[in-house]
Amino acid sequence: MHRRKFFKNSAFATVGTLLIPSFLKAYESKHLGLNQPVGKTLVIVQLSGGNDGLNTVVPFRNDIYYRERPTIAIAPEKVLKLNDEIGFNPALEALKGLYDDGLVTVVNNVGYPNPDRSHFRSMDIWQTASDSDKYLTTGWLGRYLDANCQGNDCIVHRAIEVDDTLSLALKGQDLNGLALLDPKKLYNQTRSGLVAELSNIKPAAEVVASHPNVSYLYKTLAETASSAEVIYDQSKVTHTKTVYPASELGNRLKTVSELITSGVNTNVYYISISGFDTHINQPGQQERLLRQYAEAVAAFTKDLKTNGKLNDVLLMTFSEFGRRVKQNASNGTDHGTANNLFLVGGGLTPGRVFNEAPNLTNLDEGDLKYTVDFRSIYATLLRDWLKVDDQAVLGRQFETLKVVSQS
Amino acid sequence: MKERVNKQHLFWRAGFGATPDQLREADRQPLRKVVSQLFTNSRAFTPLSVVSDDQPDKKELKSQFKEGKLDREMLKDRIRENREAIRDLNVLWVEQMASGRAALREKMALFWHGHFACRNQNNVRMVQQYTNLIREQALGNFGDLLMAVSKSPAMLQFLNNQQNRKNAPNENFAREVMELFTLGRDNYTEHDIKEAARAFTGWGYNPQGEFIFRRNVHDDGEKTVFGKTGHFQGDDIIKLLLERKETATFVTTKLYRFLVTDEIAPDSADQQRISQLADQFYRSGYDTAGLLETIFTSDWFYEPKHIGGRIKSPVELLAGMQHSLGIHFEQKQPVLYVQRTLGQVLLYPPNVAGWPGGRNWIDSSSLLFRMKLPDLVLKAGEVTIKPKDDGDVNTALLARKVNRLFASTIDWPTFEKAFQKGSEEYLLDELASYFLPQPLSPSQRNLLLKKVKKEAPRSEQIRTLTALLLSLPEYQLC
Repeated sequence: MHRRKFFKNSAFATVGTLLIPSFLKAYESKHLGLNQPVGKTLVIVQLSGGNDGLNTVVPFRNDIYYRERPTIAIAPEKVLKLNDEIGFNPALEALKGLYDDGLVTVVNNVGYPNPDRSHFRSMDIWQTASDSDKYLTTGWLGRYLDANCQGNDCIVHRAIEVDDTLSLALKGQDLNGLALLDPKKLYNQTRSGLVAELSNIKPAAEVVASHPNVSYLYKTLAETASSAEVIYDQSKVTHTKTVYPASELGNRLKTVSELITSGVNTNVYYISISGFDTHINQPGQQERLLRQYAEAVAAFTKDLKTNGKLNDVLLMTFSEFGRRVKQNASNGTDHGTANNLFLVGGGLTPGRVFNEAPNLTNLDEGDLKYTVDFRSIYATLLRDWLKVDDQAVLGRQFETLKVVSQS
Repeated sequence: MKERVNKQHLFWRAGFGATPDQLREADRQPLRKVVSQLFTNSRAFTPLSVVSDDQPDKKELKSQFKEGKLDREMLKDRIRENREAIRDLNVLWVEQMASGRAALREKMALFWHGHFACRNQNNVRMVQQYTNLIREQALGNFGDLLMAVSKSPAMLQFLNNQQNRKNAPNENFAREVMELFTLGRDNYTEHDIKEAARAFTGWGYNPQGEFIFRRNVHDDGEKTVFGKTGHFQGDDIIKLLLERKETATFVTTKLYRFLVTDEIAPDSADQQRISQLADQFYRSGYDTAGLLETIFTSDWFYEPKHIGGRIKSPVELLAGMQHSLGIHFEQKQPVLYVQRTLGQVLLYPPNVAGWPGGRNWIDSSSLLFRMKLPDLVLKAGEVTIKPKDDGDVNTALLARKVNRLFASTIDWPTFEKAFQKGSEEYLLDELASYFLPQPLSPSQRNLLLKKVKKEAPRSEQIRTLTALLLSLPEYQLC
């Protein structure tokens, strides 16, 4: 139904046959949103593997924490204190600097009812924003694209994943986001071999008429080629002077920053980094990852500030679940449930610890109980930050957190 | 010509395409005969085997470790071997699909794998047993298959029925068996699930990987499911589910989407056909082969809009390409890499609902990769795309092995024999009609013709054009 509506509304229908080259040109300038105001930008950093929240934001006054984690707990004197109860892992030093500047909000105990402890399933739930007993085939940001795709305003690169492949989170019913590791790489892919020539060619008209999937494939190809060209053209002139750490996240955030500065019409960026599945010898591994994370985010924030974009960009970091309160026998932790989550940016009511610290006396089979549904966070990002209809994306109403400053 | 197009359509939908030789043979037979041949060729069942039945699983290995029979290094090695064996099984299955042997059986097993989606990373024995079960019963009776899968240790483990006990019921299995395997949503109540879960208490498996009924944890009280009351056990619930007509409708609809089209409008001819097919399926007591035969011998199955209307899944794409050209990869990495990059890893479905399929397979990056794939496979091109790490520390191994060459052997001589006659233009049209469900448009044709050197040897022309045709968006369809 949606799909049909899309075809009817889109410019394709009026042309009759698909994708003649001159049409493609018109399509580029008119429909790729050049010279339109971009509005607010959301950057999501996914920590894959289940980051251990209790050693990220440490409850340094809690005896249970120290009792359950005899060899991996962070000593109180090492913790970078946020308040009387909790503080950052020392590896998050760079993030603590941002927190002190009022740029970081920590939300504790984020999760969902009937939590699933499988990586894949829990990530599915986070990416589709489904209940844990339902299976959705579209992602929440894909549905955001769908909801903002009216008539001629359907831009695939409104949401970009900085990666080679596209996550479920960015797959919608009518529209998918665009995956690119860097603008040049994608551009070269669309210029190589047959791809460039085919994106300028039309399949037989009678085939298209009776086979909607043929037009779907050519439409996807043409959109990819056009978006790749626009993004590459715009981004090649912008090179940031800020120095980023040479980590994977550093490189990807640098790409995001350059795209933001270049004025590409993208509202959502998605990045995932992995390695957080710390069943064995957690401390060294997690500290290395957290340090990389904090330093990359600090560089990104500094860069945005230099470019006057700090108040227009919000970065959200989550992981598919936290880890068990009690450590295991291998100096690691096993899969858990509720977790903390960070919001970073200049558009927040002065950053702070948003809610209560985790309650370690009231557990669900050894795991933390959630008090904030992750979809409340999504609703906040959609309604209060991106100013879009959150219910159209999430299917029902979730309360928003009052963390976005009303400017 | 239409005759041949129809047969190609049948070979693609009921299998993984046909080689030029297979098509030539089919040219001499009426369509009905080709359909019955498909069943004959799938009569035999050969189990896939990567481990013997006494291969210990992760749990057993851990207890051996605790008893001091293994040291830590040996334990790690053995757990790794277990996972490696599951990957071997995956590759073996794709090879089987690509071989063209028992094509209809393997195609239907792939369908059932998506329907009874199941994942287990630690116990290759269970996974092997499950895989062979859906392959063995792929064309048999759906009721038998449902019962067997429901009692398979792999599924019981995946849906937590080992933890489903009297006084502490776990509803996971009871819910999914209704929502995803039989009735579909809105055809049962929460109360039905709760009561059915009680009936399934005690269904589990032993360390040898065999189904057992643990009477001591079974709740033998009265249960009321779908308005019927009794001291039900698991078998009774499965029977009650099969008695419901909704089960036939649900499974038939899913099969129709898989074999015919996934664009089903309400009140359409498709809906009417599904309803008739579901009647037949129900009345026959869930005879899958009979249902398939009706579909493959119906005129509407060959309507032009259905031919080339469906997007191939990544495994269909890969196995089909291998089958057409007799491709054998020297290592298993490319087979796993393609599945991973395109989002369909056999024995590793995303969740119990299986792969969504259809347009869900296609986004900007997956389409570009599909178009690049012939270059990788036929020319052992350079790999530049890295599939995402899914976060599980245990699957990271696979991701790291990406940068290997797609070294393979291709049976070009056999393939080329079928395309020796005529000009380059004739060659292009012959190859296009072999690889693509639709004729090329004039502009596509001109584009491809420009790429063939007139003076080049026939063999080179065939290879060049093949690589180009396999890169077209139309090749993604069947």
